[in-house]
Amino acid sequence: MNRYPLWKYITVAVALLIGFIYALPNFFGEAPAVQVSSNRATLKVDAGILPRIEDILQQAQVAADGIFVEPNGIKIRLKDGDAQLKAKDALEKALNPDPANADYVIALNLLTASPKWLTHIGALPMYLGLDLRGGVHFLLQVDMPGAQAKRLDSISADLRTLLRDKNVRHAGIDREGDRIVINFRDAGTRDKARAAIAADMADLSLVEQDDAGSLRLVATLKPEALVKLREYAIKQNINTLYNRINELGVAEPVIAQQGADRIVVQLPGVQDTAKAKDILGRTATLEIRMVDDTPGALERALAGQVPFGTELYTERGGAPLLVKKQVVLTGERLTDAQAGFDSQTNEPAVHLTLDSSGARIFRDVTRENVGKRMAILLIEKGRGEVVTAPVIRSEISGGRVQISGRMTTQEANDTALLLRAGSLAAPMNIIEERTIGPSLGAENIKKGFDSTLWGFVAIAVFMIIYYQVFGVISVVALASNLLFLVALLSMLQATLTLPGIAAIALALGMAIDANVLINERVREELRNGLPPQTAITTGYERAFGTILDSNITTLIAGLALLIFGSGPVRGFAVVHCLGILTSIFSAVVVSRALVNLIYGRQKKLTKVAIGQVWKPDADTAK
Amino acid sequence: MELFRIKKDIPFMRHALVFNIISVITFALAVFFLATRGLHLSVEFTGGTLVEVNYEEAADLEKVRGALSLAGYSDFAVQNFGSSRDVLIRLPLKSISADEAAGEQGMVRQGEQVLAALETEAPGAHLRRVEFVGPQVGKELAENGALALLLVIVGIMVYLALRFEWRFSVSAIIANLHDVIIILGFFAFFQWEFSLSVLAAVLAVLGYSVNESVVVFDRVRETFKKARSLSTPQILDYAITSTISRTVITHGSTQIMVLSMLLFGGETLYFFSLALTIGICFGIYSSVLVASPLVMWLGVSREQFVKPPKAKDPNVTEDGACV
Repeated sequence: MNRYPLWKYITVAVALLIGFIYALPNFFGEAPAVQVSSNRATLKVDAGILPRIEDILQQAQVAADGIFVEPNGIKIRLKDGDAQLKAKDALEKALNPDPANADYVIALNLLTASPKWLTHIGALPMYLGLDLRGGVHFLLQVDMPGAQAKRLDSISADLRTLLRDKNVRHAGIDREGDRIVINFRDAGTRDKARAAIAADMADLSLVEQDDAGSLRLVATLKPEALVKLREYAIKQNINTLYNRINELGVAEPVIAQQGADRIVVQLPGVQDTAKAKDILGRTATLEIRMVDDTPGALERALAGQVPFGTELYTERGGAPLLVKKQVVLTGERLTDAQAGFDSQTNEPAVHLTLDSSGARIFRDVTRENVGKRMAILLIEKGRGEVVTAPVIRSEISGGRVQISGRMTTQEANDTALLLRAGSLAAPMNIIEERTIGPSLGAENIKKGFDSTLWGFVAIAVFMIIYYQVFGVISVVALASNLLFLVALLSMLQATLTLPGIAAIALALGMAIDANVLINERVREELRNGLPPQTAITTGYERAFGTILDSNITTLIAGLALLIFGSGPVRGFAVVHCLGILTSIFSAVVVSRALVNLIYGRQKKLTKVAIGQVWKPDADTAK
Repeated sequence: MELFRIKKDIPFMRHALVFNIISVITFALAVFFLATRGLHLSVEFTGGTLVEVNYEEAADLEKVRGALSLAGYSDFAVQNFGSSRDVLIRLPLKSISADEAAGEQGMVRQGEQVLAALETEAPGAHLRRVEFVGPQVGKELAENGALALLLVIVGIMVYLALRFEWRFSVSAIIANLHDVIIILGFFAFFQWEFSLSVLAAVLAVLGYSVNESVVVFDRVRETFKKARSLSTPQILDYAITSTISRTVITHGSTQIMVLSMLLFGGETLYFFSLALTIGICFGIYSSVLVASPLVMWLGVSREQFVKPPKAKDPNVTEDGACV
């Protein structure tokens, strides 16, 4: 009667086996490794470079424990930390002879030390969170109003060009907050302008507005264009961060969008937080504007009267420079920047490549302003810096621009890097930061592991003493719950954090509830005088409803944490919820399978070892 | 071995009033301390910077304080964290000046600045951890925490109302919410740090102790259907008595695990497990001894569980003939 059909036993056995295999990699730990990846889009790191790497390692007398070719680079597993550092230095020297212009990123990393066949079937260890392995975590807020203002600025520039091309005379285009106002002298021109703009710029919605004698056309971004703009700003910023972090040489950076306007950056193993922040914090955007060369204007500005529509900047050399506010081009139009040399003068130079629309604007501007100066500005945190302000010698078409003059090779390299790493579509601020030292991470793992271990041992001892064979069964079910939970987390490649470990411990402490419920119910049925086999069946049946009820309320709390929790709480919630699900399976199905295996076959079962079943009437009868 | 050898049902309901008065007093005290002392919120909620440093030998806290004062910090807190060699420094959010961007940037650099300040006066510090939380994040976390609590309450109430009856759902949630307030009261009274993980513990324990009420209610429903001769208080007494062994053993087991975290989990898990401990202890008490009397007073009765026999069709006459 208490027998499972064969398929149920097989299901349990298979589940346990799969759980075991996928939980296994976590016990092998990690080995130090060096990762070689490309620093250039044009350069691929693949099997082709393997012989070279092997050669370098042999010359440095470092024995590699295994070399793996992966899509994002080559990973070399090494025996210990010393070998890792030696290998990194050797590779760095051999692959990047010129450190200022590195072709490869050589980073320290950790690789799972589990056997190959495990890795082959996709059984990977859980990914350790920053609080367990050390590293830096940043939460960056993208300044969306800033992005919108920038976009509107560039649209106003486009509008000017458009109206000029179509020969529509306007009386000024200005951005006022989140809208663009175009003034006209007569209604006919306004209608013409309206038609031209509507045909050319689908992103704008136009409203006519007349006050006090002036005819105006007010343009705002359409809601869908606004959404697109936001999405673009986030995407562009993530790309830019990715490029910048690559320069840092971090093995496995996490760069992800969180919410509508936030970006999470996690750099495991990075200890030099100052440098990381420096590189991330460089929220530089590139702008090209014209220099105001009107005679006398600069002198007036220096005296404190900055002419309308211009700003005063200082050049790198220290000379003051008056720059128009109107932006000709922004960094968005830039596709590449490389350091090099001027082909004629052999001076260090930066070669820029613009996209097609940028190239067209640049051609027009340079044609109309030969002999004048243009300024290339880097805007950081609202403050601008003039990188260079070259004189336009001739019309520049084709989108290839060279910036040269008064630069050292190092400066050219830096500028190119900053420009290439991309400009951010919108400024960002760090709103949350967490740095965890590596020793703290190791300690956290030990603490989490210890508390789970000792808690488990204490519960096991108590259960076995109190419920005897049923106690052993409960403990086995609890252990299988742990196995399932770890396996599931590994399969999902979830990130394990200290709160996550706490949730595992808590899940075990709560999961035993189900087994206690079952055991108590079985005892009660025995007390009521039912024969053991029937008592087991009814005990399990009746307890199941209660187990379901109580787990669902816990699950509701877990889901609420999952929905509203962020950061460490989220890690806790994920494990908490999964733990509830695995505990139902292990407490009910696995423990029942064991009970059935042990007792189910005995036809004349008179006694089960579930501890003493005390009967009040037996006592009073004496 | 059997821990609970109870011959007769314990007359819990006779003392229902006493249990509830104890509850009300504890609850009032908790509210009082929450109102007068308030919670000692962690950096995660208030925003600010937290720097943990480690020294080779026992750290001189006075020197650390002196170094920070010299560096121009005010309103900071310095304390040992876990061992005498670890020092935790809390810096509040600077009021955001006109130049907000620069202010933010300044905050973010605080970790390094603190270390630099320590280097002159109390050298030998190793940076273990820096946490910086901006003002808007803190506010959001507090809001999300409140929303999560609300979702848990509504979710559990709806579930219990569907599964049982509204009287059960109302009394279970009152009993367990009063646990939450009492946990918070403890944190307010001792001025323990209330962090995100404590909030997680509070919510987890809320879901968990509702279990207790569920188990008892399950029994109540079952007994209502089975035993027709018993009065409502007797049924409640029977239900509590027959589940008490399970209640104590389950909570004991969970508590063993939590105790292990309290002992071995270190400073980071300390308040988390402390909140769980308080929650579990009061959870047993309230979900059994507070929720059940509430159910009784709300007027639970057999009719709510036993389907009434089908009402007779008035068109059908006694003799069964149709008109």
